Amino acid sequence: MSGAGSDTFTRERVRKVALLSRLEFDDTEADAFAAQLSRILDYVAKLDELNTEGVEPTSHSLALSNVLRPDEPRPSLSNAQALANAPEAEAQCFRVPPIIQEL
Amino acid sequence: MTINDADVPALTIARIERQLAGGELTSLELTRACLARVEAIEPRVGAFLTVLADDALTQADAADAARGDGARGPLLGVPLALKDNLCTTGRPTTCASKILADFRPPYDATAVARLRRAGAVFLGKTNLDEFAMGSSCENSGFHPTANPWDLARVPGGSSGGSAAAVAAEMCPGALGSDTGGSIRQPAALCGVVGLKPTYGLVSRYGLVAFASSLDQIGPFARTVEDAAILLEAIAGHDPLDSTSAPIEPPAFRRSLGRPVAGLRIGLPKEYFIPGVVPEVESAVRAAVEALAAQGAEVIELSLPHTDYATAVYYLCATAEASSNLARYDGAQYGYRTPATRNIIEMFTRTRTEGFGAEVKRRIMLGTYALSAGFYDAYYLKALKVRTLVRRDFERAFEQVDVIATPTSPTPAFKAGEKTADPLQMYLSDIFTISANLAGLPGISLPCGFTAAGLPIGLQLIAPAFGEERMLQVAHAYEQSQEWWKRTPALAL
Repeated sequence: MSGAGSDTFTRERVRKVALLSRLEFDDTEADAFAAQLSRILDYVAKLDELNTEGVEPTSHSLALSNVLRPDEPRPSLSNAQALANAPEAEAQCFRVPPIIQEL
Repeated sequence: MTINDADVPALTIARIERQLAGGELTSLELTRACLARVEAIEPRVGAFLTVLADDALTQADAADAARGDGARGPLLGVPLALKDNLCTTGRPTTCASKILADFRPPYDATAVARLRRAGAVFLGKTNLDEFAMGSSCENSGFHPTANPWDLARVPGGSSGGSAAAVAAEMCPGALGSDTGGSIRQPAALCGVVGLKPTYGLVSRYGLVAFASSLDQIGPFARTVEDAAILLEAIAGHDPLDSTSAPIEPPAFRRSLGRPVAGLRIGLPKEYFIPGVVPEVESAVRAAVEALAAQGAEVIELSLPHTDYATAVYYLCATAEASSNLARYDGAQYGYRTPATRNIIEMFTRTRTEGFGAEVKRRIMLGTYALSAGFYDAYYLKALKVRTLVRRDFERAFEQVDVIATPTSPTPAFKAGEKTADPLQMYLSDIFTISANLAGLPGISLPCGFTAAGLPIGLQLIAPAFGEERMLQVAHAYEQSQEWWKRTPALAL
């Protein structure tokens, strides 16, 4: 495993992560984010000082797993309730712009 | 009895309960007085995002009627405020984000539903840093909140609105949420009591998710007893939250007043470091001495991984946030950017226009920490160090019953002081984050004031589900002092 070490955020990396995050930044914003995120990464690199070989990860502080319930029908939101906050609705569905388009 | 604004400061939930039960006061009178105080003070403090005056008066009326029919209960007719990331049926729940500006949830959060069933009155929804991401309330998408003790200073965050509302005596209690200190730090900065329960004690159902493995709902109040009353009302197993602990919570109020003689209080050396303002350190040490004077044993100890907790937190919490906040895409609810050609453009522009800078920063950091090639170096490494932080506490609690620390290294800072440097802002949570990482309960209560008149908070941390012991110690200290009686000089 490689350490976080001297990782830095460039404008290009900001763009790549922004694409994954479905966010957009202009050059000025991207440069400001690059500088701030680089400083934060410098700070978190202090974790490399610790040897964590053989240490189990903790993703959760409660010792619970696979909480199950009987698969029985229960009351749920009505269609009208579910659509009440919809930016656009049509025919009892959420209406969104095209997903697949002709080229 | 008709109460006027001047009477509101003296009102604690415990006293209100007695006055309502004794017929000296009605919920309607009290609710009107609280609303009048909100109206008088809000222009300067800005604790609320939404004031629900009509709802509150209707609920107060219903509480009085129920009492007339024989109903009883410590929260029946008591006016409270709710942080605006707790879902309230049909009423705004914005998370202080433009992306949820017009959102009206179709259901109540379980904690809200429990308070509703107990007959509480909801005055309104309080301000926060957008999606609870921040330590000063300056990241609110709508307006900042001022600290009632000094209006040029921040109330802390992210639950700054709830802390300020209680400190300014607009209401005797409120709910907040705490992911890395968002209840305890503003409680300290505003001079009130704030309690983060053990992870799993209070259902997270209907709390808008920030970092699901760290978030907990908890109370703000003027006194430890009031915090215990509120915790009792909201705690307990909920099948709607798969991380809700399957336990029957105790009657927390019952442990109050028990002597602390013989209890062992741990002082971790990593929390008494040069970055702590000297007035804060001396007030916290004096508080521990006051407990020692009641017979508690003070034991110096070490939590060696404390210095790494903030780094762990800003990787774990941002990773979880990047996933939780993926749902804000403009498709089903919330803001949607107008007129886009395809769905990807809609997602991207909706999020870019709807989220503020700090939320974007955390989504970016979390997405990066989880991305291919970096997952092991950042996210997995952070989860392993989280284990080391947890083990520090397990070892410490073999020696002591509770741990005492400063809640925050500094008193309330000036508005604008830390906004330009996100890392400096993150470091204001260094003493509260570890309890979230380890899932432990923590409470902040007033333990003094600086020479400039700013409140100082004492933090107590207990083992998981050790709230009774924690409240017992907090109450014993509080009642040996007069700090909780002080109120900010906000002229009406």
